[in-house]
Amino acid sequence: MSTCAIHVASLTKTFGPVTALDRFDLDVGVGEVHGFLGPNGAGKSTTIRILLGLLRRDHGEVVLLGGDPWRDAVALHRRLAYVPGDVHLWPNLTGGEAIDLLGELRGGLDEQRRGELIERFQLDPTKRCSTYSKGNRQKVALISAFASHVELYLLDEPTSGLDPLMDTVFQACVRDVTAVGSTVLLSSHILAEVEALADRVTIIREGRRVESGTLAELRHLTRTAMRVRTRAALDGLAALDGVHDAEVEGTRARFEVEPDAMGAVQRWLADRDVVALTSSPPTLQQLFLRHYGQELTADEVADDPDQVAVVEAPR
Amino acid sequence: MSTGTPARPVTASPAPARGDDATHPGRLAELTGTFRLLRLAVRRDRVLLPVWILSLGVLLLASVASIAGLYGDQAARVQYAVTMAPNVVARAFEGPIFGTSLGAVVMTETFGMFAVLVGVMSIQAIVRHTRLEEETGRAELVGSAVVGRHAPLTAALVLTFAANLLLGVIITVILLAYDLPVAGAALAGLLLMGVGWGFAGVAAITAQVAASARSANGMAGAVIGVAYFLRAVGDGLGEVAPSGVAVVSAWPSWLSPIGWGQQGRAFADERWLVLVPFGVLVFATVAIAFTLTRHRDVGVGMRPVRAGPATASAALRSPVGLAWRLQRGSVLGWTAGLVIAAGVFGAIGDEVDSFLETSEELAELFAGLVDGGGLVDLFIVFLMGLLAVAVGAFAVQGMLRLRTEELSGRAEPLLATAVARTRWVASHLVVVAAASAGLLAAIGLAGGTAFGLITGEWGSRFWGWVLAALVTIPAVWVLGALVVLAVAVLPRWAAAIGWGALGVSLVMGQLGALFELPQWVLNVSPFTHIPAVPAEDLRWLPVLALLAVAAGLATLGLAAIRRRDLVT
Repeated sequence: MSTCAIHVASLTKTFGPVTALDRFDLDVGVGEVHGFLGPNGAGKSTTIRILLGLLRRDHGEVVLLGGDPWRDAVALHRRLAYVPGDVHLWPNLTGGEAIDLLGELRGGLDEQRRGELIERFQLDPTKRCSTYSKGNRQKVALISAFASHVELYLLDEPTSGLDPLMDTVFQACVRDVTAVGSTVLLSSHILAEVEALADRVTIIREGRRVESGTLAELRHLTRTAMRVRTRAALDGLAALDGVHDAEVEGTRARFEVEPDAMGAVQRWLADRDVVALTSSPPTLQQLFLRHYGQELTADEVADDPDQVAVVEAPR
Repeated sequence: MSTGTPARPVTASPAPARGDDATHPGRLAELTGTFRLLRLAVRRDRVLLPVWILSLGVLLLASVASIAGLYGDQAARVQYAVTMAPNVVARAFEGPIFGTSLGAVVMTETFGMFAVLVGVMSIQAIVRHTRLEEETGRAELVGSAVVGRHAPLTAALVLTFAANLLLGVIITVILLAYDLPVAGAALAGLLLMGVGWGFAGVAAITAQVAASARSANGMAGAVIGVAYFLRAVGDGLGEVAPSGVAVVSAWPSWLSPIGWGQQGRAFADERWLVLVPFGVLVFATVAIAFTLTRHRDVGVGMRPVRAGPATASAALRSPVGLAWRLQRGSVLGWTAGLVIAAGVFGAIGDEVDSFLETSEELAELFAGLVDGGGLVDLFIVFLMGLLAVAVGAFAVQGMLRLRTEELSGRAEPLLATAVARTRWVASHLVVVAAASAGLLAAIGLAGGTAFGLITGEWGSRFWGWVLAALVTIPAVWVLGALVVLAVAVLPRWAAAIGWGALGVSLVMGQLGALFELPQWVLNVSPFTHIPAVPAEDLRWLPVLALLAVAAGLATLGLAAIRRRDLVT
């Protein structure tokens, strides 16, 4: 158990007629940053709330830091910090008071680190929470979490209200805590963030795990995008096994290649005297789209600007 | 869309210069969308406002019926007026009398109370549709649509004015149904409507000025309180008219909209001119509110929010510390209000004899409370019963805070720390239980001190006041503990259960004897079981039994809260 921070097997949770989680599996090793991906309503927040003991599971196995999150909630909560996606705070408390209160109730926070984080996140801790924007409320929760030295950070779309500059600060914070051996479960639909931070990724869809593995493993499942210029004409490229979406104009071509066909395609190209070749690694976005691409509703696309960008202009 | 359509071209025209003259075309555009917002407001209040209006109608029906029964013949009414007019306390608490007709007696007995209730209905409606909308962020969404700056406030005012108009009509119809004169009935309806419109205007201002919806309601509520107090002073200081059956109130009554309503003298010598100050008040408050709207950002009050401490004090760093911080404002508000009330009642305790002569109802009620005991003792018992129910309202409101915290999502980050649910619930329970006990102690001390200062009687009489207050603590705790159990087991129904239990307690405990309900029905209310100290000796059995019930309910609630999903 010591290598496993979170072990979820066959977890099921229903709300009345709605099945939020359907035999869902999740394994997070100690010390890793685990990306938890899925569109809105896929069951990410429900999973995290079960891990926090706020919701009770219907069926399945849930082990968090070696304990049962429902039964041992208080003992486990001393060892973890949680940042919700939509942070609600007490309107008449100041941000500084909320940071201290949440930190203290978790079991104390590092005063020096608190000051440092307030500076890095550029938060004014003397303002009342009622006057904070969504992003500032999120900063309060993030500062309180990262100022606590805990084993596990449960972050539920923690940067949805932050600007890109603060995103960078957030990523630095995640690296700081993993450097000292903490584990991070990072739920998100901002793919660039997960790509930048995560060691392993689990993709959830309609309450089920559809994919899980290291980024390298998952990338293996997707195609590499290539652009090539050769001296000889490229006729016949589109017909090769494992080549997709090829656009050939005489000696220039853009196409995608399956990982298994990469060797054969490169040998084929070498025979045609390559002048220039660029290849972009498969992104998580492509992976994501492979699972959701067809079924993505207009709503879901509109929710996430990154996905819109992908749909309109693939890298 | 009748309001919206003509304004369209204006919005589309090249930006009109801001505030260059009083008649610039932007004025109408600022009302764009009012009709739609009004329809939305009507739809949202389709249950709440009709319930308010119907309840007030039923209350008036019951009041008129009971007054007609007690003072049916002219002789009884003359007797009533003759004892009422010279009695300072009765004038201050019930209202001034202006004649001996049945209508005049009804006005004296009911107008003050109805004016306060109509005021509360109106300010809540205004704040609900203006400031509360901004706080929830819904106003932002609405404001980004084709909606003028003044549209939300206008829609709220129109809705509230219409509700008051409807109420005025219903009141007039009820009074006519009792064969009261048309002129008086019409004026009575108009005067109550005027009070409602006036307080709606006041709330329109406080909704702009206050830092939050809560404090907007609080400030407007305080204005109602001051208005009631001013007329109580004016009527108390007034003198008996030469006829002997009417009162000439002193000038402070004329500073209060509630006072104007009473000075309208419906069913006596109707003074229609008092409608003028109402018109002025409504016009002035609405004009000020619209001016303020133009100078204010959405979601922010006129009163700036001060910067606070950058770190939490040691006192805040625990669940109990947080619970106290969240409940503090409410505790202080209730304490101030109830201590003043207890002090005033303490000061008049001495005159209770003459007061009782004016109302057979009250005398009957007192006699029904307990056998034996002096009138002053009975008065203390009756009063503390009332004040204890008020403290019960505080306890219900305080424990329902748990539900608010859960629904607003603020409980979630808290319960994700090393705070067990039971500890979270217990923290609020401890604060509310301690504050209720403290409140009742303060009430007892205030009543006893005021009584002592007026009469010079201290000693056992003083301790009688204090003990009468303290002995109600277990009953208040039962109410609070019941809410804990409801929040744990039937969270959706918690508010209904809490307030319902309070209503039952009020009806059973204070008015049950009047309605001649059977004892087993009365026994449902915890307040029925409070020993009638100081009119009788303190019996420990009911006190301990109530404590046991409170402890049992709270324990069940604390155990049950661990078993359910948190609403997120």
